[in-house]
Amino acid sequence: MANTFRRLISSRSTAVLLASLGAGTMATGFLLSENGSLAAEMKKKLYPPSSDFPDLRKHNNCMASALTPAIYARLRDKLTPNNWTLDQCIQTGVDNPGHPFIKTVGCVAGDEESYEVFADLFDPVIKDRHNGYDPKTMTHPTDLDASKLTNGMFDDNYVLSSRVRTGRSIRGLSLPPACSRAERREVERVVVMALAGLKDDLSGRYYSLGEMTEKEQQQLIDDHFLFDKPVSPLLTCAFMARDWPDARGIWHNNEKTFLIWVNEEDHTRVISMEKGGNMKRVFERFCRGLKQVEHLIQERGWEFMWNERLGYVLTCPSNLGTGLRAGVHVRLPNLSKDPRFSKILDNLRLQKRGTGGVDTAATGDTFDISNNDRLGKSEVELVQLLVDGVHYLIDCEKKLEKGQDIKVPAPVTQFKK
Amino acid sequence: MPFGNTHNNFKLNYKVEEEFPDLSKHNNHMAKVLTKELYGKMRDKQTPSGYTLDDVIQTGVDNPGHPFIMTVGCVAGDEESYEVFKDLLDPVISDRHGGYKPTDKHKTDLNFENLKGGDDLDPNYVLSSRVRTGRSIKGFTLPPHNSRGERRLIEKLSVEALTSLDGEFKGKYYPLKSMTDAEQEQLIADHFLFDKPVSPLLTCAGMARDWPDARGIWHNDDKTFLVWVNEEDHLRVISMQKGGNMREVFRRFCVGLKRIEEIFKKHNHGFMWNEHLGYILTCPSNLGTGLRGGVHVKLPKLSTHAKFEEILKRLRLQKRGTGGVDTASVGGVFDISNADRLGSSEVDQVQLVVDGVKLMVEMEKKLEKGEAIDSMIPAQK
Repeated sequence: MANTFRRLISSRSTAVLLASLGAGTMATGFLLSENGSLAAEMKKKLYPPSSDFPDLRKHNNCMASALTPAIYARLRDKLTPNNWTLDQCIQTGVDNPGHPFIKTVGCVAGDEESYEVFADLFDPVIKDRHNGYDPKTMTHPTDLDASKLTNGMFDDNYVLSSRVRTGRSIRGLSLPPACSRAERREVERVVVMALAGLKDDLSGRYYSLGEMTEKEQQQLIDDHFLFDKPVSPLLTCAFMARDWPDARGIWHNNEKTFLIWVNEEDHTRVISMEKGGNMKRVFERFCRGLKQVEHLIQERGWEFMWNERLGYVLTCPSNLGTGLRAGVHVRLPNLSKDPRFSKILDNLRLQKRGTGGVDTAATGDTFDISNNDRLGKSEVELVQLLVDGVHYLIDCEKKLEKGQDIKVPAPVTQFKK
Repeated sequence: MPFGNTHNNFKLNYKVEEEFPDLSKHNNHMAKVLTKELYGKMRDKQTPSGYTLDDVIQTGVDNPGHPFIMTVGCVAGDEESYEVFKDLLDPVISDRHGGYKPTDKHKTDLNFENLKGGDDLDPNYVLSSRVRTGRSIKGFTLPPHNSRGERRLIEKLSVEALTSLDGEFKGKYYPLKSMTDAEQEQLIADHFLFDKPVSPLLTCAGMARDWPDARGIWHNDDKTFLVWVNEEDHLRVISMQKGGNMREVFRRFCVGLKRIEEIFKKHNHGFMWNEHLGYILTCPSNLGTGLRGGVHVKLPKLSTHAKFEEILKRLRLQKRGTGGVDTASVGGVFDISNADRLGSSEVDQVQLVVDGVKLMVEMEKKLEKGEAIDSMIPAQK
């Protein structure tokens, strides 16, 4: 009896029950320490939501645009089943007022339920970030049938490499901002065990970040596979670098064309890549590998986080839906100097990055070109968009080489109704 | 606030071994003390405000070791942390503070008149003198844990208290988030401005959250008494001036602190203090007096002497570069201050600085003349 009572007291949510029993009971006496300092729940009365509302006047991110005092007041004291709070979701957006180049999201999920419990914030954020996608009324299509992709081969004179990445979360375990060390290690166990079951061109090996040898580390760096402890405050302020490098690692197949990051910004990041312009093969391997990994974890009773409102559930709302970024490193020396370059990319629903990835500048004339969108279109649709778009860009480049003029294409439509 | 995972009670479904952090490559006080057994004993506890063991240790898990010094590796989130997690914090305190026992009592002495001398350090060598400490305000949680609402109330109370000071303490408050460019330039030029912490020791403990909300700097018109609000502690109080009159610096320090404390007490928010740990601050290294009294002193010859480190050790002093902790010395000028915080009083600690620096300056002068200093090397204090 005493044991169950003690376990009850140690849980935060039952502290509310105890506090509501009123002064003079033994329970409340326990909650107040000798010098009269306040228990967590008592404090809620002393500090109304308005006293805690963040100062977002100088902020420019999706969270700051969506969060009103009314929404904050409604959600501040709610908890997900994992005891994750709104304040924890938004901390990264409060601490990082704005990114110089892009409007960042400014909030993260701690678990699958965050997107439900804090829907009053996440829904408008999702709408803002994903071109008006409304999780309340729309459904997201998932399609990993690579055979539907057409025209998936690029001119190797222009396209230096092709790559498709996404993320997957393991249902039932908290996400990187919120996971405990044991949960994170469980993610690693589940994933590594599944990957060990991959065969043929997909068979490979896992390298734990904390235990790899100097030689292995150097090789992974040379292959451009190694990821490092996050330094971006967007990630560190969202608690994603805790306990580094515990339970983090990299798996890749022997051919070095299929790579999985474990416990970086998401439970897993899955990457298919190769030199040259054979996006068709890259996407085919991507879909096949993903399906096999999913099958292997299902055999052991696990599954990926997915629902038809949001597609695949990942830590950052920007990666919901497909979580897919398909891209190429492509040489566009003439087109990149043309003043219409940005507009062309916009209309094709593509984005450019430097060849170091997000937040890097292009070196020389080589650009990383990838799809903008993640949610509301399927994997096949997005990769097709990328393929069609890159063909168009190369076409423009060839025209400019010959001194011919180019046209800005009509904008691609948003969502299929 | 609850940290990344700390209120995630799913972790209690896992065995202790599965949750216990990997500290095999770590070198800080927390890592030396925390065993699986201790972790198992405390992992489901929390203070009344909801601070947990994982909150306490996160900074030490994330920062395996500092290249120059043995860091503490844990912080308190509120006054009760030192009670609820005493099985971890008492041994850490003992390691850090020279064997201080859980039954020891700490002496507080802020009577500046008890200091002997200190007004005659040679200004040709001693460029500036400074005493700093921290204070935590009762009834609020500490910087690793406090909410925006609490932090703002701390600021409000502090500003009320400080702006009511008069005489030599009359001054002005500059909130970080609304200071003008001109004000910022001036504060930088005066070496008063503190910036958003970049040290992972602090950021991993959650102390930079919501920056710069409710952070600010107050200083008197004379620019000799300065208070930082809501940086690593609720308040950091600094008395300083150019030259070697440490006695005057300490006088102003004691008088100012007493005045501020009186005002807070009137509002029923005295300072956190108890007779075992003295003044309660965020980092266990600052318990006791929380006092660092020091000078910037020119010791180009002594600092290259083979026995320099030994001399400092015996005098119970430490050296830093003139940029503060974790900086290197520039041009033979060192920041020399007391090493102890807990187990001796404010007067004791400043006395050590005054006597020790006086001796070292005499050694420097001897070395300038090419004479030996071996006979001057003191016994261990």
